[in-house]
Amino acid sequence: MSNDTARRRFDGVAVGDVLPPRTVHVDRARLVQYAGASLDRNRIHWDEPFAKKVGLPDVIAHGMFTMGAAITVVTDWAGDAGAVVRYGTRFTKPVVVPYDAGADIEVSASVTSLDEANRQVTVDVAAVCAGDRVLGRAQAVVQLA
Amino acid sequence: MPVNPEFVGRVYPPSAPYVVSAAKITEFAEAVGATDPVHTDREVAVARGYRDVIAPPTFAVLIAQRAEMAFIFDPEAGIDFGRVVHGEETFVHHRPLTAGDEIVGVLTVDSVKAAGGHTMIVTRTELSSGAEPVATVFSTVVVRGGE
Repeated sequence: MSNDTARRRFDGVAVGDVLPPRTVHVDRARLVQYAGASLDRNRIHWDEPFAKKVGLPDVIAHGMFTMGAAITVVTDWAGDAGAVVRYGTRFTKPVVVPYDAGADIEVSASVTSLDEANRQVTVDVAAVCAGDRVLGRAQAVVQLA
Repeated sequence: MPVNPEFVGRVYPPSAPYVVSAAKITEFAEAVGATDPVHTDREVAVARGYRDVIAPPTFAVLIAQRAEMAFIFDPEAGIDFGRVVHGEETFVHHRPLTAGDEIVGVLTVDSVKAAGGHTMIVTRTELSSGAEPVATVFSTVVVRGGE
């Protein structure tokens, strides 16, 4: 958006810049909320006996929940959620969400390349839960002002 | 039954139009913890140059999955849904999905590959509003090998 004043300017950004990290807490209530919002009602994300019956250790978070929560680190830094022009990831490990404690996902991100001609930057995103990287090769391309 | 490799290149008819609503955007933004007011406050969105409130970057999955279901549940495709695991997802946004958009998705099966007893399937769903391309959603699912 050409008249956008909210969006971070390309000129102040350098490769290696670290974005403010965030801990995303996820519990069963959150998974039910995401199931309703996303229309992904797969039982493995809220029904513990069902999850265990199909061989999972417990209820697991939607990979798309983790992906959607993780990108807020990038959109808040960019100043505008509409700045993300590309965002992709692999789902490498499930986020296991126990009934009582829930789970914490540590999200961090840093700038890995600059495209001066288009004023775009590439940001690598990492999401770690219980010591495991739960997103693999998560990367966003962000259109800055 | 194995996944049918002859489905590579198949293009499904456009999905039924999905109208993006401000209410659904708010619900989705709250669920993923996206607090940018551009999702909920029309004045903020308009001040930034958008027609109305815009959706978070991964909202497009909600529309793409409707198109993907036509393929996943196509009996001739031979996919056992109980064995499907989500492997990868990528969004390419030409512009943000915006409240009021009426979106149709056209799904193409990009590849079907056997790997170590499993089958990896890549689909590409083009989301458009009328003649305007809005986003492309790439999804990889793994159908776990059986027994």
